[in-house]
Amino acid sequence: MNAWIAAGQQLQFIEPSLKENPMATHGRLGRLDQLEAEAIHIMREVAAGFVKPVMLYSVGKDSSVLVRLARKAFHPAAPPFPLLHVDTTWKFPEMYEFRGRTARETGMELIVHVNEEGLAKGIGPFTHGSALHTDVMKTQALKQALDKHGFDAALAGARRDEEMSRAKERVFSLRTRGHRWDPKNQRPELWRLYNTHIRQGESMRVFPLSNWTELDVWGYIDRENIPVVPLYFAAPRPVVRRSGTLIMVADERMKLEPGEEPEMKRVRFRTLGCYPLSGAIESDADSVPAIIREMLSATYSERQGRVIDHDGEGSMERKKQEGYF
Amino acid sequence: MSAGPSPDGQEFRAYVNAREDREILRFITCGSVDDGKSTLIGRLLYESRLVFQDQLARVEADSRRHGTQGDNLDLALLVDGLQAEREQGITIDVAYRTFSTARRSFIAADAPGHEQYTRNMATGASTADLAVVLIDARKGVLPQTCRHTTILSLLGVRRVILAINKMDLVDWSRDVYDGIAATFGDFAKRLDVTDVTCIPVSALTGDNVTGPSAAMDWYDGPPLLQALESADLTTGLQSGPFRMPVQWVNRPNAEFRGFAGTVASGQVHPGDPVLVCPSRKASVVERIVGPDGNLDRAGAGQAVTLTLADEIDVSRGDIIASIAEPPSLSDQFACHIVWMHETPLLPERPYLLKIGTRLAGAQVTAIKHRLNVDNLEHTAAKTLELNDIGYCNIGLDRKIAFDPYRELRETGGFILIDRYTHGTVGAGMIDFGLWRGSNLTPHQLAIDKPARAAQKNQKACVLWLTGLSGAGKSATANAVEKRLHAMGRHSYTLDGDNLRHGLTRDLGFTAADRVENVRRIAEVARLFVDAGLIVLVSVISPFRDERRMAREMMEEGEFIEVFVDCPIEVCEQRDPKGLYRKARAGEIGNFTGVDSPYEPPENPEIVLKTAEQGVDEVADQVVDYLRSRVDVA
Repeated sequence: MNAWIAAGQQLQFIEPSLKENPMATHGRLGRLDQLEAEAIHIMREVAAGFVKPVMLYSVGKDSSVLVRLARKAFHPAAPPFPLLHVDTTWKFPEMYEFRGRTARETGMELIVHVNEEGLAKGIGPFTHGSALHTDVMKTQALKQALDKHGFDAALAGARRDEEMSRAKERVFSLRTRGHRWDPKNQRPELWRLYNTHIRQGESMRVFPLSNWTELDVWGYIDRENIPVVPLYFAAPRPVVRRSGTLIMVADERMKLEPGEEPEMKRVRFRTLGCYPLSGAIESDADSVPAIIREMLSATYSERQGRVIDHDGEGSMERKKQEGYF
Repeated sequence: MSAGPSPDGQEFRAYVNAREDREILRFITCGSVDDGKSTLIGRLLYESRLVFQDQLARVEADSRRHGTQGDNLDLALLVDGLQAEREQGITIDVAYRTFSTARRSFIAADAPGHEQYTRNMATGASTADLAVVLIDARKGVLPQTCRHTTILSLLGVRRVILAINKMDLVDWSRDVYDGIAATFGDFAKRLDVTDVTCIPVSALTGDNVTGPSAAMDWYDGPPLLQALESADLTTGLQSGPFRMPVQWVNRPNAEFRGFAGTVASGQVHPGDPVLVCPSRKASVVERIVGPDGNLDRAGAGQAVTLTLADEIDVSRGDIIASIAEPPSLSDQFACHIVWMHETPLLPERPYLLKIGTRLAGAQVTAIKHRLNVDNLEHTAAKTLELNDIGYCNIGLDRKIAFDPYRELRETGGFILIDRYTHGTVGAGMIDFGLWRGSNLTPHQLAIDKPARAAQKNQKACVLWLTGLSGAGKSATANAVEKRLHAMGRHSYTLDGDNLRHGLTRDLGFTAADRVENVRRIAEVARLFVDAGLIVLVSVISPFRDERRMAREMMEEGEFIEVFVDCPIEVCEQRDPKGLYRKARAGEIGNFTGVDSPYEPPENPEIVLKTAEQGVDEVADQVVDYLRSRVDVA
């Protein structure tokens, strides 16, 4: 195993130490230092400006980075908000294992919310299709969870480089009473001055990683030794090819179609979500530096593996208007 | 797998580290749709090989559907993100995109050049180190070029790259280029734009965008991308006076009390003497806790937590600053304000102001002039409409620490927040502090309000009657005052209509004048309350914000909002002064309920249903309310 494989390492508490200071070595901040400072600034504004904030935790690499940044922002205190995982019940088994570890090792409160109504109806991606499954188990479930706990701000790891409609998203994105996003009614954001004032029933989605790229996320994971779910690293896994996408046979709920035979392929995932909706890529990248090297020569954008973006033109924009974060 | 250094090797490690240490240049692109701005950015992304194959496939499909370039790839479609605007073929908001080269990484803000231009441009420019202003070579310097450059100058963007586009359509003419460069240079000299680079380009063909142009061998300057890579980024922020607005007080246990914030300017070291402003308490920095542990210094842009040697009171909104070069203190400023909302700015209307991490109540006390951004002329103005820029005096409800905006954006730039919708309605840049307020020390009167009220055997208060014309405000006030008089109470009625013969004789009925009308009446009411009286105010006062302002001018419990609630149909039927008839006939304008809005109170202390109850009944209701509050009557 490579020393840089962060997945097997323990999350360490950041002990105060005289670490290398970019200001002392360069007299200025590099890209990652600037992005880190900006994210910390945003998280502190959220803590100071809202009554009951929460951090959305998706178990993915961006969430791992968010959690690390939150701990840095409030060190030596613990982050003044809990983590919320909206669980569709269709995640990879490795993700559930990793989620438990994160909660144990960070000591942060982890709230898990499942749309029980959807679960009772047996809604799933295989039987109901990706659009309905995502709407019921993710979008509606998120609204339920925010309403149930009365959270007025939700920090999330979305980035502007992920999808075209995100390029115009604000860092502090206002949602109406019904959690809808209105692209024509967003507040101007100037300087580092974020308006945290909302009316009763409104809420805010906040994206501290707005200006990060996928490569920045991996660079930061590398630099900070941040643990991530092992599924990001290439390994032999059983997959079948469906409509051009490699889907991993992760549990017994996946019924094989006639003629389908799982093959062991050396694959990894660039994004993680519900396993039936996450496309794998064939890869040999089994460490963080190998992933970075692979990305530097990548020809496909990260969201290409996300089945939900292919539901039709402008589909992410529509999902956001409906309350998807 | 592609070839390249092994991920385990030193060479690869050094390469990755260098990528991560690159500086970020933030720039804004200004120009209208017709100037080919989206195409230019699309080409920068495309030629920097930052467009993935799946994105390209989507653009190819979209080019056939919405494209404006025939069978060619419409690169603007890479940039125009939202579905709605793709269909309309226009950009409608500020978009941010990241791209990078071996030397630098870039965050490009793209603001549309037409509708909403001022608001969006100001937003994009607020964080920009540099601007790329696009000009159509066939059209030359237009009023909109001046508009863009003026806004850049106001927002403190000193470096401008003038990209003279569509050179392919003027036969790559050097004379055209020279003429435009000279005209623009003359205009820029009148502004705070100190560093101008002119580049002839064609976004369509790619000439001088990422590489040199064979068609324009007469141009010996850098192509656009190279100019962006080599632009001077020194801002003087690191060498400026130390400033850190406090975001958050970090107090996990009794041993640790730290002040978290992002350093806005300068450097700080353990042992440095500092001043906490505006309280002006001095202390010494004990530790600097960075994201990874204690630091021996911190500079502009770093997010840190400071601990101080002394147990002094520090809270969110304060600025920890250099003791040798402290910020100024004031509660009144001269400033430029960019108005960003459909509801106009009204002088004297109360807003919230956020500067750094400080929140304060604010009112524009005077609009000195409106700036015409096309030609820099000043015009008189009573209000500021959406996209207007005004030079104003603004007053706050407390003294704050600040620096002039031209010296430091972080401690001189502010936003204005609507107190009702909580939307961001304006942005401002402080020019200088006004000292009038601080030179006046209130004279302490020997006899105070409680003494005056006690002599009258009562507690003073304001009954603020608000409602439509004809709702019964004046009749109710009369009836209530008669009862109070009979009870031996000392009272006075301020009637909006009567006061218009004197105190407010110079005011009309526009929204701006209505705000000033209410402010004056509230000030008089406050004096009368100070004199120990029970004051009845009878004035339409249609806006929530001003009623709230009046409430906040009084002490807790002194302001009693009485909503004289009568449906407009009933008021119109009564029409005691024949005003509704005139308003409907169009003889008088700005009439509340007809062509001017009435915002009903949200939580009034008393609601009087004057359509259903007689005047005696409602007067009793008011008096009963006063009796129920022993501290009042």
